[in-house]
Amino acid sequence: MMMTRKWAVALLAAGTACLWAQEPPTPPANPAAAVAGAKEDPAAVARGAQAFGTYCAGCHGPSGRGGPGAPDLVRSLLVLDDEKGILIAPVIRDGRPDKGMPKLNLTEPQISDIVAWLHVQTYAAGHRTTYEFKDVLTGDPAKGKAYFNGAGGCSSCHSPTGDLAGIAAKNDPISLQSRWLLPRSPRRRGGGSSNSANPGSAALTAKVTLPSGETVSGTVEHIDDFTISLRDSKNQFHSFTRNGDTPKVEVHDPIQAHTDLLRKYTDADIHNVTAYLATLK
Amino acid sequence: MKMLRLTLSFALAACAFGQGLDPSLLKKLPTTSWPTYNGDYSGRRFSPLTQINSSNVHQLSLAWASRFSSSNAATGVVIKAMPLLVNGILYFSSPNNVWAVDVRSGRELWHYTYRHNAGSTIGNRGVGMYENWLFVEMPDSQLVSLDASTGKERWKVQIANPKLDYTSTAAPIVVGNHVLVGIGGDHLDNPGFLESHDPETGALQWKWFTTPRKGEPGIETWPDEYAAAHGTGQTWIPGTYDPELNLYYLGTGNPNPVMAEKSRKGDNLYTCTIVALNPDTGKLVWHYQVSPHDVHDWDATETTVLVDGEVDGKPRKLLLQASRNGYFFVLDRTNGQHILTKPFIDTLNWTKGLNAKGQPVPDPAKYPSTDGVLVSPASNGGTNWPPPSYSPQTGLFYVGTNKNFSMYYLTDTDPRPQGWGGVDRPAGNEGGALLAIDYKTGNTVWRHDWPSGNGVVGMLTTAGNLLFTSNGNNFIAFDPKNGKILWHAGLTANPSNAPMTFMVDGKQYVLIAATDTLYAFTMN
Repeated sequence: MMMTRKWAVALLAAGTACLWAQEPPTPPANPAAAVAGAKEDPAAVARGAQAFGTYCAGCHGPSGRGGPGAPDLVRSLLVLDDEKGILIAPVIRDGRPDKGMPKLNLTEPQISDIVAWLHVQTYAAGHRTTYEFKDVLTGDPAKGKAYFNGAGGCSSCHSPTGDLAGIAAKNDPISLQSRWLLPRSPRRRGGGSSNSANPGSAALTAKVTLPSGETVSGTVEHIDDFTISLRDSKNQFHSFTRNGDTPKVEVHDPIQAHTDLLRKYTDADIHNVTAYLATLK
Repeated sequence: MKMLRLTLSFALAACAFGQGLDPSLLKKLPTTSWPTYNGDYSGRRFSPLTQINSSNVHQLSLAWASRFSSSNAATGVVIKAMPLLVNGILYFSSPNNVWAVDVRSGRELWHYTYRHNAGSTIGNRGVGMYENWLFVEMPDSQLVSLDASTGKERWKVQIANPKLDYTSTAAPIVVGNHVLVGIGGDHLDNPGFLESHDPETGALQWKWFTTPRKGEPGIETWPDEYAAAHGTGQTWIPGTYDPELNLYYLGTGNPNPVMAEKSRKGDNLYTCTIVALNPDTGKLVWHYQVSPHDVHDWDATETTVLVDGEVDGKPRKLLLQASRNGYFFVLDRTNGQHILTKPFIDTLNWTKGLNAKGQPVPDPAKYPSTDGVLVSPASNGGTNWPPPSYSPQTGLFYVGTNKNFSMYYLTDTDPRPQGWGGVDRPAGNEGGALLAIDYKTGNTVWRHDWPSGNGVVGMLTTAGNLLFTSNGNNFIAFDPKNGKILWHAGLTANPSNAPMTFMVDGKQYVLIAATDTLYAFTMN
């Protein structure tokens, strides 16, 4: 009985593999001919993707993540533990008839290509810097334009024919969305205290008023509870010891309007504005 | 006279050295030692020392600064470890390295360097100690035991397969004759666990998986056993321990796949959960999940602080956690009963409110989507691993926080997503702040908004009416009652661990690490 069921699975597997081969070529969900940082030869990975799609995907799924009766290969300890096919190749070469996996009579180069493709799948799953964004342009450009000119208040600082002209030509949609939400590195508030990594128009500026009434204004070089240092319009450096509210320090953050919007945006507002900005080619 | 005293104290120290760690020290407030990650088992990081206090701290000055280097530290030495102080010797680690240092001078006694390996060197939180043996995790997921006298390796045991991309950074905690070892890493969908090793031999005593297996309670919070077994929930921050109840408390990490929840519908126990375990058996005694069905990478590993406090006028054994998801929780640590939940940042936008048990109810509209959703807190959280502190003098809980936002993107739309399955991008930050929270109400009694820099930093309080913390490269002392700054010193880099304090030869020291340098301050 057990034997019969296993053979049935094997037959089904073989059958599915055949069916798969006869279908129009469907790219695997994760073709990954090249994934940044992966060590395998991209050409071998591309061939492996084809071979996997033809011979393996019927049971293991188009992305190798398992299917009815066949395990997920991306989470497979054998695959994760493998180096250079030492563990994987014998399984592909001989099959696992006891577990319902047929022997497929692949050539050694085919096997080695499939091994390369599998290694890239585990590498890609584990390295989120390689993940590819899907479609970010889901918003309505007209609504985005209305928000830009209306509730968002964007047009009080920005212009589609001025600073934003051609912005969509310089940024792909995900970069566009990321940059307009946060027009500079988050380090100024999130991780560091120096302005030097954020030169240009997004830099903090400050006015320092001394007890004498004298004022010094400029671009903030550094600010914490104990010192503030500035460069004035003549690029002269000024540094002051802070003691509570003395001297008086007024900081102006040019992206404060963006920060203030964080509590107000809906996700639809964000997607609409991105869709609008994406028209500014 | 001075000579004689020095000689005598040297003799005493030499005598003490070699006797190893007196286990009774672990159950007392730390004074002349700092024998475990948080100074004592409670996680309060409160010292009874008063020599340095709010009236003289303005005279606090440098005793020594000592810099450490290694041939096996790819990006230079970064001390994220909490050093231990036992019998006048500091023991601390960085990935692949362990040092023993004379606390009186900052001079190195020995330096252990591990073999080169491919493991993650993101950090190492420190060593654990039992008698004269040290325990430390290495990047390739070996637990190594060293002889504290010499730094010689005694044994090593593999705690995880190094090919599975675990990050082995946790500081072991020693309870009785159990070396409790946690682990991190959520790049792949590997099982999370806490395990206990024999301090003499390294033999495994028990292993508790953070997600249930077939037939175990909690499996109903996963679609199937396969999803549960790959549901991760790591254990990368040391827990706390109540000797009277004999319970070890631990917050667990996020579920996997991290941002793609399609294949793991349900609450996903025991991820993002505060658990109480019996350290002798590894059996779960109670649990309280602070982020059911997390999709934002909000590990609930933040220190579970044990406080004997009062609720409605009655004494209670409490457990406090400021969790990465932006909520402050108070539980009864005898049984896990919920007492209070309160947001500690007001930018939170990811829940539909709290359920009857005080748990946040996630809003599916804020699950990562292919076009992105704006969520606060950001993926690194309203707070994170840098330890908070509780002062029984003020009754306040001190924690470093950020009011930050991320866009969360779903990138893996496969029916069987894997790994992270999504990514986040920073979207803005209203700034970092030090908060002083009243555990009875969850309200912030005072706050200090930092003009710049990361607000999520470590804390220490003392009976000298002091709160030590840092901002940027400034090491700072506050009055813990009102948030007034009393002292500061600029270091060569941003502090990389949390401050600690102790008494040696009648002098109180405050110690902190900044990248590769340890700084010891005292009243000179």
